[in-house]
Amino acid sequence: MKAKLLQGNEAIVEGALAAGCRFFAGYPITPSTEIAEGLALRLPQVGGVFIQMEDELASMGAIIGASLAGAKSMTATSGPGFSLMQENIGFASEAEIPCVVVNIMRGGPSTGLPTSPSQGDVMQSRWGTHGDHPIIVLSPSTVMECFHITVKAFNFSEKYRTPVIILGDEVIAHMREKVELPNPEGLEIIDRIKPTMPPEWYIPYENNARGVPAMASFGSGYRYHVTGLIHDVRGFPTSRPDEIEPFMHRLIQKIEKNLKDIQIVDPFMVEDAEITIVAYGCVARSAKRAVIDARKRGIKAGLLRLVTLWPFPRVYVEKVAEQSKVIIVPEMNMGQISREVKRVNEGRSRVITLNKVDSNIITPQEVFKKIREVL
Amino acid sequence: MPDITKLIHNYLRHDKKFPHVWCPGCGNGIVLGSLIRAIDNIGLSKDDVVLVSGIGCSGRMPVYVDFNTLHTTHGRALTFATGIKLANPKLNVIVVMGDGDATAIGGNHFIHAARRNIDLTAIIINNNIYGMTGGQYSPTTPYGKRATTAPYNNIEHSFKIAELAICAGAVFVGRGTVYHTRLLDELIEKAILKKGFGVVEIVSHCPVQYGKLNKLGTAVDMMKWQKDNAIRVEKAKKMTKDELEGKIVIGILADKELPIYQDEYEKIWEKAGAKKIAQEGK
Ligand SMILES: Cc1ncc(C[n+]2csc(CCOP(=O)(O)OP(=O)(O)O)c2C)c(N)n1
Ligand code: SF4
Repeated sequence: MKAKLLQGNEAIVEGALAAGCRFFAGYPITPSTEIAEGLALRLPQVGGVFIQMEDELASMGAIIGASLAGAKSMTATSGPGFSLMQENIGFASEAEIPCVVVNIMRGGPSTGLPTSPSQGDVMQSRWGTHGDHPIIVLSPSTVMECFHITVKAFNFSEKYRTPVIILGDEVIAHMREKVELPNPEGLEIIDRIKPTMPPEWYIPYENNARGVPAMASFGSGYRYHVTGLIHDVRGFPTSRPDEIEPFMHRLIQKIEKNLKDIQIVDPFMVEDAEITIVAYGCVARSAKRAVIDARKRGIKAGLLRLVTLWPFPRVYVEKVAEQSKVIIVPEMNMGQISREVKRVNEGRSRVITLNKVDSNIITPQEVFKKIREVL
Repeated sequence: MPDITKLIHNYLRHDKKFPHVWCPGCGNGIVLGSLIRAIDNIGLSKDDVVLVSGIGCSGRMPVYVDFNTLHTTHGRALTFATGIKLANPKLNVIVVMGDGDATAIGGNHFIHAARRNIDLTAIIINNNIYGMTGGQYSPTTPYGKRATTAPYNNIEHSFKIAELAICAGAVFVGRGTVYHTRLLDELIEKAILKKGFGVVEIVSHCPVQYGKLNKLGTAVDMMKWQKDNAIRVEKAKKMTKDELEGKIVIGILADKELPIYQDEYEKIWEKAGAKKIAQEGK
């Protein structure tokens, strides 16, 4: 263990390296730029490649290419750049190319508030690219967690052959905290499964028990076709309904069948909570403080912190909806996760929103005030 | 067995359902033939060739051939290729694009790839039109010509792709036509062998869209036009600007030496004290 004072973006850099990331392509944008700068310095030290591309469309294309050639790859951006990446994120999802995309949220829409925190991209991270598609979105709340979530993001992307989005916010990205970087040996690192059969037996998109086909790197002797067109098991474009449907189902099912593994939450004093706060990212920190304060005053409050935002951790939210009288959802947007909470709640509990879009973080006092209000 | 049959057996995918998507008379198939001959002539191993394309009629090329093949998004082929090449420099990465793909939606990537000098080969099939979407004007549709989105006539001025590549810094730039196939084989071969960013602009024809809209006759008529209007660069050097008006200059238009990105990056590894230069696992 090495104790260090790092900011969230720096912890993401270290997490990426620990996970085995050896290729980064990006385009500078506040408040994510320190990730590019960090990897420009660090990747060459481990024999990896950093490249600054001409824009975010190119960055996303480059990391998909690198992944196809066998490298674990990543890019990092913020709102405007994240918008530009969407088409190729869809490609990675459809062609099942592992990669990690960091989006450090800043105030939007458009150029918005470049240096201010926000949580406005929650829905975009789920549905930003067109068409039905699988995606995994993780949201860190501490600098230490930035490290671990980055490792997790790579692991999920390799395991499920899907892009994984780390949805950070400006507060966590720029805040400095003491972190203890674990020894690399102690970390669980997952690598994509590669084919071992003779090349002529390899069927690149064939279904298997895991629903995740083995992935050959370009240049490894397995010559195959990769396309953004809906394809058959050999990777060739198809317009046959009897091939399209199984493909689409497998694509969605490989995630849906593994929700237990993918959905991560961090419950705090929820066992007997009558008021449960559902929060994520920097706001979850304020919420935790408010819960502690409420408990001191004898209020049965709790916090369900969402680490995985998508696939939405439905079962965990259902459980708190079942037992709580009130759910409070504080968010630095006009109500994005709260829509999902309401949908899952189905009238079980009262869902109260607390939204803030004035560029300031939601404070513990504001959450506490809300708790008092709903009592 | 005739040589062409051997090439077909060796390079076309037997498990891919033919026929291909291209219209009768299209120039794309001729380009594919040239590309295969060039690769065969160099003697590259199929395992080490990656054929990357964007979106368009031209974008459908990779699916038919037995290499590592990648059909990307519209305009972005060079960005994917950049990632592949930097992650595994031993691969020969060849990128096929249409004129719209490379110089409209992908124009920015094209000039930056040329500037960076990554060791890639870019083949641009210039048929002066958006073929796949049905004949809309592209950045290379000549002034005054017709397209479905220029039903009166095109009032924009066109790019010269090869010259654009030269200005952007490409170390090897050639232009050929699908009529002059022997030259085309040679240009593609040289571009692949060139260390650095090599570009081949191929003047082709789309009889079904561009040809029809502009009453240019059959595919044969359009190829005849290529024959009649192409001038070898050596000869063009002795001609005046006026004489060259409306002609296409073919041959090797630029060939210079510049350190490639990969070699430069190796120096960065050294400076950074990389523990292992080559990435493991490939
Ligand atoms: C982002 C995006 N915009 C538009 C399209 C629609 N589209 C497909 S092919 C094409 C033009 C192709 O023209 P060109 O690149 O010249 O290639 P050709 O078909 O002539 O070979 C367009 C506009 C698309 N697929 N993606
Ligand atoms: S539309 Fe034109 S470019 Fe496309 S296949 Fe047909 S002839 Fe070729």
